[in-house]
Amino acid sequence: MKCRKCGEKAVINMRQHKLALCKAHYLEWVPDQTARFIEAYRMFSVQDRILVAVSGGKDSLSLWHVLQRLGYACDGLYIGLGIDEGTAYSAESQRLSEAFAAQHGLNLTVVDVRELEGATIPEASRLTLRGQGKPCSVCGLTKRHIMNRVARDGGYDVLVTGHNLDDEAAVLFGNTLHWQVGYLMRQGPVLPASSEGFARKAKPFCRFYERETAAYALLQGIEYIYEECPHAAGAKSLYYKEILNRMETDRPGAKLQFYLEFLHAKEAGLFAQPSQPPDGLLHACESCGQPTSAPGQCAFCRTWDAVRARSAIPAVP
Amino acid sequence: MPAVLLLREREYEVRVGITVRDALLQNDLQPEAVIPTRQGELITDDEIVKEGDRIRLVAVISGGCTSHACTPEHT
Repeated sequence: MKCRKCGEKAVINMRQHKLALCKAHYLEWVPDQTARFIEAYRMFSVQDRILVAVSGGKDSLSLWHVLQRLGYACDGLYIGLGIDEGTAYSAESQRLSEAFAAQHGLNLTVVDVRELEGATIPEASRLTLRGQGKPCSVCGLTKRHIMNRVARDGGYDVLVTGHNLDDEAAVLFGNTLHWQVGYLMRQGPVLPASSEGFARKAKPFCRFYERETAAYALLQGIEYIYEECPHAAGAKSLYYKEILNRMETDRPGAKLQFYLEFLHAKEAGLFAQPSQPPDGLLHACESCGQPTSAPGQCAFCRTWDAVRARSAIPAVP
Repeated sequence: MPAVLLLREREYEVRVGITVRDALLQNDLQPEAVIPTRQGELITDDEIVKEGDRIRLVAVISGGCTSHACTPEHT
Protein backbone atom coordinates (compact mmCIF):
# COMPACT_ATOMS: atom_id res chain seq x y z
CA MET A 1 0.00 0.00 0.00
CA LYS A 2 1.31 3.45 -0.94
CA CYS A 3 1.23 6.74 0.93
CA ARG A 4 -1.52 8.88 -0.53
CA LYS A 5 0.66 11.99 -0.31
CA CYS A 6 3.99 10.85 -1.76
CA GLY A 7 3.60 7.31 -3.08
CA GLU A 8 6.21 5.86 -0.69
CA LYS A 9 5.48 2.68 1.22
CA ALA A 10 2.69 3.29 3.74
CA VAL A 11 3.12 2.34 7.42
CA ILE A 12 -0.49 2.85 8.44
CA ASN A 13 -3.84 2.54 6.73
CA MET A 14 -6.80 4.32 8.31
CA ARG A 15 -9.75 2.59 6.71
CA GLN A 16 -12.29 4.99 8.20
CA HIS A 17 -10.61 7.85 6.35
CA LYS A 18 -9.58 5.79 3.29
CA LEU A 19 -6.12 7.18 4.01
CA ALA A 20 -2.77 5.40 4.00
CA LEU A 21 0.39 7.34 4.95
CA CYS A 22 4.14 6.82 5.11
CA LYS A 23 6.05 7.49 8.33
CA ALA A 24 7.01 11.07 7.49
CA HIS A 25 3.55 12.10 6.40
CA TYR A 26 1.86 10.31 9.32
CA LEU A 27 4.06 12.18 11.80
CA GLU A 28 2.93 15.43 10.17
CA TRP A 29 -0.71 14.39 9.89
CA VAL A 30 -1.21 13.72 13.63
CA PRO A 31 -0.20 17.23 14.84
CA ASP A 32 -2.13 18.81 11.94
CA GLN A 33 -5.28 16.94 12.91
CA THR A 34 -4.77 17.68 16.60
CA ALA A 35 -4.52 21.40 15.84
CA ARG A 36 -7.70 21.12 13.80
CA PHE A 37 -9.59 19.43 16.67
CA ILE A 38 -8.31 21.98 19.21
CA GLU A 39 -9.63 24.76 17.02
CA ALA A 40 -12.86 23.05 15.97
CA TYR A 41 -13.92 22.42 19.57
CA ARG A 42 -12.39 25.69 20.88
CA MET A 43 -10.38 23.74 23.44
CA PHE A 44 -7.70 26.32 24.26
CA SER A 45 -5.38 28.85 22.67
CA VAL A 46 -1.60 29.33 22.55
CA GLN A 47 -1.93 31.92 25.32
CA ASP A 48 -3.34 29.36 27.74
CA ARG A 49 -1.35 27.46 30.37
CA ILE A 50 -2.04 23.78 29.89
CA LEU A 51 -1.68 20.90 32.34
CA VAL A 52 -1.35 17.49 30.68
CA ALA A 53 -2.35 14.50 32.80
CA VAL A 54 0.41 11.99 32.08
CA SER A 55 0.25 8.29 32.87
CA GLY A 56 3.35 7.02 31.06
CA GLY A 57 1.11 5.42 28.43
CA LYS A 58 1.06 5.92 24.67
CA ASP A 59 -1.86 8.36 24.61
CA SER A 60 -0.77 10.89 27.21
CA LEU A 61 2.91 10.91 26.22
CA SER A 62 2.01 11.26 22.53
CA LEU A 63 -0.39 14.08 23.39
CA TRP A 64 2.26 15.90 25.41
CA HIS A 65 4.70 15.43 22.52
CA VAL A 66 2.24 16.79 19.95
CA LEU A 67 1.21 19.78 22.07
CA GLN A 68 4.80 20.89 22.63
CA ARG A 69 5.47 20.41 18.90
CA LEU A 70 2.52 22.69 18.20
CA GLY A 71 4.03 25.34 20.47
CA TYR A 72 1.67 25.14 23.44
CA ALA A 73 2.93 25.94 26.93
CA CYS A 74 2.19 22.67 28.67
CA ASP A 75 3.37 21.11 31.90
CA GLY A 76 2.76 17.51 32.91
CA LEU A 77 1.16 15.96 35.98
CA TYR A 78 1.96 12.40 36.97
CA ILE A 79 0.01 10.79 39.82
CA GLY A 80 1.81 7.93 41.57
CA LEU A 81 -0.86 5.40 42.44
CA GLY A 82 1.32 2.73 44.04
CA ILE A 83 0.12 -0.08 41.78
CA ASP A 84 3.23 -2.18 42.04
CA GLU A 85 2.10 -5.55 43.30
CA GLY A 86 4.77 -7.68 41.67
CA THR A 87 4.61 -5.75 38.39
CA ALA A 88 6.28 -2.39 39.21
CA TYR A 89 3.54 -0.88 37.05
CA SER A 90 3.43 2.53 38.75
CA ALA A 91 7.19 2.71 39.27
CA GLU A 92 7.81 2.03 35.59
CA SER A 93 5.08 4.46 34.48
CA GLN A 94 6.66 7.19 36.60
CA ARG A 95 10.15 6.41 35.31
CA LEU A 96 8.95 6.69 31.70
CA SER A 97 7.05 9.92 32.37
CA GLU A 98 10.06 11.48 34.07
CA ALA A 99 12.40 10.31 31.31
CA PHE A 100 10.11 11.81 28.66
CA ALA A 101 9.93 15.15 30.50
CA ALA A 102 13.72 15.26 30.92
CA GLN A 103 14.34 14.34 27.28
CA HIS A 104 12.09 17.13 26.02
CA GLY A 105 12.91 19.72 28.69
CA LEU A 106 9.36 19.77 30.04
CA ASN A 107 8.10 20.38 33.58
CA LEU A 108 6.51 17.42 35.33
CA THR A 109 4.76 17.60 38.68
CA VAL A 110 4.68 14.27 40.49
CA VAL A 111 2.03 13.67 43.15
CA ASP A 112 2.40 10.47 45.12
CA VAL A 113 -0.89 9.29 46.56
CA ARG A 114 0.73 7.38 49.41
CA GLU A 115 2.79 10.40 50.49
CA LEU A 116 -0.25 12.63 50.21
CA GLU A 117 -2.98 10.47 51.71
CA GLY A 118 -1.16 7.72 53.58
CA ALA A 119 -1.99 4.69 51.45
CA THR A 120 -1.60 3.42 47.91
CA ILE A 121 -4.64 2.92 45.69
CA PRO A 122 -4.67 -0.88 46.13
CA GLU A 123 -4.35 -0.46 49.92
CA ALA A 124 -7.15 2.12 49.96
CA SER A 125 -9.43 -0.08 47.89
CA ARG A 126 -9.06 -2.89 50.41
CA LEU A 127 -10.02 -0.55 53.24
CA THR A 128 -13.14 0.96 51.74
CA LEU A 129 -16.39 -0.37 50.43
CA ARG A 130 -16.15 1.88 47.39
CA GLY A 131 -15.68 -0.31 44.35
CA GLN A 132 -16.12 -3.48 46.40
CA GLY A 133 -12.45 -4.40 46.40
CA LYS A 134 -11.81 -3.33 42.78
CA PRO A 135 -9.35 -0.42 42.85
CA CYS A 136 -10.62 1.30 39.67
CA SER A 137 -13.34 3.24 41.46
CA VAL A 138 -11.03 4.66 44.16
CA CYS A 139 -8.39 5.23 41.50
CA GLY A 140 -10.67 7.24 39.22
CA LEU A 141 -12.06 9.26 42.11
CA THR A 142 -8.58 10.04 43.43
CA LYS A 143 -7.13 10.96 40.05
CA ARG A 144 -10.02 13.28 39.19
CA HIS A 145 -9.70 15.02 42.55
CA ILE A 146 -5.91 15.48 42.37
CA MET A 147 -5.96 16.55 38.72
CA ASN A 148 -8.55 19.20 39.47
CA ARG A 149 -6.71 20.41 42.56
CA VAL A 150 -3.33 20.70 40.81
CA ALA A 151 -4.90 22.43 37.80
CA ARG A 152 -6.73 24.90 40.00
CA ASP A 153 -3.94 25.57 42.52
CA GLY A 154 -1.36 25.87 39.74
CA GLY A 155 -3.42 28.49 37.90
CA TYR A 156 -3.72 26.39 34.74
CA ASP A 157 -6.33 27.40 32.18
CA VAL A 158 -7.11 23.89 31.10
CA LEU A 159 -6.46 20.30 32.09
CA VAL A 160 -5.98 17.99 29.11
CA THR A 161 -6.10 14.21 29.04
CA GLY A 162 -5.05 11.70 26.38
CA HIS A 163 -8.45 10.10 25.91
CA ASN A 164 -8.72 8.72 22.38
CA LEU A 165 -11.77 7.88 20.32
CA ASP A 166 -11.88 4.27 21.51
CA ASP A 167 -11.98 5.51 25.11
CA GLU A 168 -14.73 7.97 24.29
CA ALA A 169 -16.75 5.50 22.24
CA ALA A 170 -16.50 2.88 25.00
CA VAL A 171 -17.68 5.33 27.66
CA LEU A 172 -20.46 6.47 25.34
CA PHE A 173 -21.47 2.88 24.66
CA GLY A 174 -21.64 2.08 28.39
CA ASN A 175 -23.54 5.24 29.24
CA THR A 176 -25.98 4.61 26.40
CA LEU A 177 -26.59 1.01 27.45
CA HIS A 178 -27.57 2.25 30.88
CA TRP A 179 -29.15 5.52 29.70
CA GLN A 180 -26.97 7.56 32.02
CA VAL A 181 -28.36 10.82 30.71
CA GLY A 182 -26.43 12.95 33.20
CA TYR A 183 -23.13 11.49 32.02
CA LEU A 184 -24.17 11.66 28.36
CA MET A 185 -24.92 15.35 28.72
CA ARG A 186 -21.46 16.04 30.07
CA GLN A 187 -19.46 13.86 27.69
CA GLY A 188 -17.63 15.72 24.97
CA PRO A 189 -14.28 17.04 23.76
CA VAL A 190 -14.45 19.95 26.20
CA LEU A 191 -15.92 20.35 29.65
CA PRO A 192 -16.06 24.03 30.62
CA ALA A 193 -14.76 25.26 33.94
CA SER A 194 -17.46 25.70 36.54
CA SER A 195 -17.83 28.66 38.85
CA GLU A 196 -17.79 26.21 41.76
CA GLY A 197 -14.20 25.19 41.07
CA PHE A 198 -14.01 22.48 38.41
CA ALA A 199 -11.14 23.17 36.02
CA ARG A 200 -11.75 23.33 32.28
CA LYS A 201 -11.00 19.96 30.69
CA ALA A 202 -10.22 19.05 27.10
CA LYS A 203 -9.40 15.91 25.12
CA PRO A 204 -7.43 16.88 22.01
CA PHE A 205 -7.01 13.23 20.91
CA CYS A 206 -10.71 12.40 21.13
CA ARG A 207 -11.00 11.76 17.38
CA PHE A 208 -7.94 9.55 16.96
CA TYR A 209 -8.36 5.80 17.04
CA GLU A 210 -6.34 4.02 19.68
CA ARG A 211 -4.14 2.35 17.07
CA GLU A 212 -3.35 5.80 15.67
CA THR A 213 -2.02 7.16 18.96
CA ALA A 214 -0.03 3.95 19.43
CA ALA A 215 1.35 4.27 15.89
CA TYR A 216 2.40 7.85 16.61
CA ALA A 217 4.27 6.79 19.76
CA LEU A 218 5.99 3.90 17.96
CA LEU A 219 6.98 5.93 14.90
CA GLN A 220 8.12 8.87 17.00
CA GLY A 221 10.20 6.58 19.20
CA ILE A 222 8.36 7.50 22.38
CA GLU A 223 9.04 4.92 25.07
CA TYR A 224 5.76 4.20 26.85
CA ILE A 225 4.48 1.61 29.27
CA TYR A 226 3.28 -1.28 27.17
CA GLU A 227 1.96 -3.44 29.97
CA GLU A 228 -1.63 -2.97 30.97
CA CYS A 229 -2.60 -1.90 34.49
CA PRO A 230 -2.87 -5.23 36.40
CA HIS A 231 -6.33 -4.23 37.58
CA ALA A 232 -7.69 -3.63 34.06
CA ALA A 233 -8.35 -7.31 33.39
CA GLY A 234 -12.08 -7.85 33.03
CA ALA A 235 -12.82 -4.12 32.90
CA LYS A 236 -16.08 -3.24 31.20
CA SER A 237 -14.34 -0.62 29.08
CA LEU A 238 -12.20 -3.34 27.47
CA TYR A 239 -15.29 -5.42 26.76
CA TYR A 240 -17.02 -2.45 25.12
CA LYS A 241 -13.93 -1.67 23.06
CA GLU A 242 -13.85 -5.24 21.80
CA ILE A 243 -17.49 -5.07 20.73
CA LEU A 244 -16.92 -1.74 18.99
CA ASN A 245 -13.82 -3.07 17.24
CA ARG A 246 -15.80 -6.03 15.90
CA MET A 247 -18.21 -3.52 14.37
CA GLU A 248 -15.31 -1.47 13.05
CA THR A 249 -13.80 -4.50 11.33
CA ASP A 250 -17.02 -5.07 9.39
CA ARG A 251 -17.89 -1.41 8.89
CA PRO A 252 -14.87 0.92 8.82
CA GLY A 253 -15.77 4.20 10.48
CA ALA A 254 -18.44 2.74 12.78
CA LYS A 255 -16.71 3.95 15.96
CA LEU A 256 -16.05 7.41 14.61
CA GLN A 257 -19.60 7.75 13.33
CA PHE A 258 -21.02 6.60 16.67
CA TYR A 259 -19.09 9.30 18.53
CA LEU A 260 -19.52 12.13 16.03
CA GLU A 261 -23.23 11.52 15.55
CA PHE A 262 -23.61 11.58 19.32
CA LEU A 263 -21.89 14.99 19.44
CA HIS A 264 -24.15 16.24 16.64
CA ALA A 265 -27.25 14.95 18.40
CA LYS A 266 -26.19 16.61 21.63
CA GLU A 267 -25.53 19.86 19.79
CA ALA A 268 -28.97 19.61 18.22
CA GLY A 269 -30.56 19.33 21.66
CA LEU A 270 -31.32 15.61 21.87
CA PHE A 271 -30.60 15.72 25.58
CA ALA A 272 -32.82 18.33 27.21
CA GLN A 273 -31.34 20.43 29.96
CA PRO A 274 -32.82 19.48 33.32
CA SER A 275 -34.84 22.17 35.04
CA GLN A 276 -31.90 22.78 37.33
CA PRO A 277 -28.43 22.39 35.81
CA PRO A 278 -26.16 19.87 37.60
CA ASP A 279 -23.64 22.56 38.53
CA GLY A 280 -26.40 24.43 40.33
CA LEU A 281 -26.45 21.68 42.93
CA LEU A 282 -22.77 21.93 43.72
CA HIS A 283 -21.26 23.38 46.86
CA ALA A 284 -17.80 23.41 48.42
CA CYS A 285 -16.71 20.29 50.31
CA GLU A 286 -16.48 21.15 54.01
CA SER A 287 -13.05 19.51 54.24
CA CYS A 288 -11.14 20.33 51.04
CA GLY A 289 -13.22 23.06 49.42
CA GLN A 290 -13.52 21.31 46.07
CA PRO A 291 -16.98 21.29 44.49
CA THR A 292 -19.25 18.40 45.29
CA SER A 293 -22.88 17.46 44.88
CA ALA A 294 -22.84 15.39 48.07
CA PRO A 295 -23.93 17.03 51.32
CA GLY A 296 -21.02 17.86 53.66
CA GLN A 297 -17.86 16.17 52.49
CA CYS A 298 -17.03 15.23 48.89
CA ALA A 299 -16.65 11.57 47.95
CA PHE A 300 -12.85 11.89 47.88
CA CYS A 301 -12.61 13.18 51.45
CA ARG A 302 -15.18 10.69 52.73
CA THR A 303 -13.36 7.81 51.10
CA TRP A 304 -9.88 8.75 52.27
CA ASP A 305 -11.07 9.62 55.80
CA ALA A 306 -12.58 6.13 55.96
CA VAL A 307 -9.33 4.60 54.70
CA ARG A 308 -7.32 6.43 57.35
CA ALA A 309 -9.78 5.52 60.10
CA ARG A 310 -9.59 1.84 59.19
CA SER A 311 -5.83 1.76 58.90
CA ALA A 312 -5.06 4.14 61.79
CA ILE A 313 -3.16 6.51 59.51
CA PRO A 314 -2.99 10.03 60.98
CA ALA A 315 -5.44 12.46 59.41
CA VAL A 316 -4.18 14.88 56.79
CA PRO A 317 -3.84 18.29 58.50
CA MET B 1 9.62 -22.56 7.31
CA PRO B 2 6.22 -21.50 8.69
CA ALA B 3 5.22 -17.90 9.29
CA VAL B 4 4.03 -16.73 12.70
CA LEU B 5 2.23 -13.85 14.31
CA LEU B 6 3.53 -12.94 17.78
CA LEU B 7 1.30 -11.20 20.30
CA ARG B 8 2.67 -10.75 23.80
CA GLU B 9 3.66 -14.28 24.88
CA ARG B 10 1.65 -16.12 22.22
CA GLU B 11 2.57 -17.34 18.76
CA TYR B 12 0.06 -18.03 15.98
CA GLU B 13 1.22 -20.13 13.06
CA VAL B 14 -0.24 -18.75 9.84
CA ARG B 15 -0.37 -19.63 6.16
CA VAL B 16 2.04 -18.06 3.74
CA GLY B 17 0.60 -16.08 0.82
CA ILE B 18 -2.40 -14.53 2.55
CA THR B 19 -2.66 -10.94 3.78
CA VAL B 20 -1.78 -10.03 7.34
CA ARG B 21 -5.40 -8.94 7.80
CA ASP B 22 -6.69 -12.37 6.77
CA ALA B 23 -4.12 -14.02 9.02
CA LEU B 24 -5.39 -11.94 11.93
CA LEU B 25 -9.02 -12.67 11.23
CA GLN B 26 -8.40 -16.41 10.79
CA ASN B 27 -6.93 -16.43 14.30
CA ASP B 28 -9.80 -14.38 15.75
CA LEU B 29 -7.52 -11.40 16.32
CA GLN B 30 -9.01 -7.95 15.78
CA PRO B 31 -7.12 -5.89 13.18
CA GLU B 32 -8.21 -2.74 15.01
CA ALA B 33 -6.62 -3.89 18.25
CA VAL B 34 -3.07 -4.43 17.01
CA ILE B 35 -0.34 -2.86 14.88
CA PRO B 36 1.62 -5.39 12.81
CA THR B 37 5.40 -4.95 12.58
CA ARG B 38 8.05 -6.76 10.57
CA GLN B 39 11.67 -6.47 11.73
CA GLY B 40 10.72 -3.49 13.88
CA GLU B 41 8.98 -1.58 11.08
CA LEU B 42 5.24 -0.89 11.00
CA ILE B 43 3.43 -2.54 8.10
CA THR B 44 -0.09 -2.22 6.75
CA ASP B 45 -2.35 -5.23 7.02
CA ASP B 46 -2.62 -5.73 3.25
CA GLU B 47 0.99 -7.01 3.27
CA ILE B 48 1.37 -10.61 2.15
CA VAL B 49 2.68 -13.07 4.73
CA LYS B 50 5.98 -14.50 3.50
CA GLU B 51 7.84 -17.73 4.19
CA GLY B 52 9.60 -17.45 7.57
CA ASP B 53 7.87 -14.21 8.53
CA ARG B 54 7.77 -13.37 12.23
CA ILE B 55 5.21 -10.61 12.40
CA ARG B 56 5.13 -9.04 15.83
CA LEU B 57 1.80 -7.50 16.82
CA VAL B 58 1.77 -4.47 19.10
CA ALA B 59 -1.37 -4.51 21.24
CA VAL B 60 -2.92 -1.05 21.30
CA ILE B 61 -5.98 -1.35 23.50
CA SER B 62 -5.76 -0.09 27.05
CA GLY B 63 -8.60 0.09 29.47
CA GLY B 64 -9.68 -0.23 33.05
CA CYS B 65 -9.49 2.89 35.13
CA THR B 66 -7.68 4.89 32.42
CA SER B 67 -10.85 5.01 30.39
CA HIS B 68 -12.87 6.82 32.96
CA ALA B 69 -10.03 8.72 34.58
CA CYS B 70 -11.62 11.93 33.55
CA THR B 71 -15.29 11.21 33.20
CA PRO B 72 -17.02 14.34 34.38
CA GLU B 73 -18.33 12.72 37.50
CA HIS B 74 -18.87 14.88 40.51
CA THR B 75 -16.80 14.01 43.50
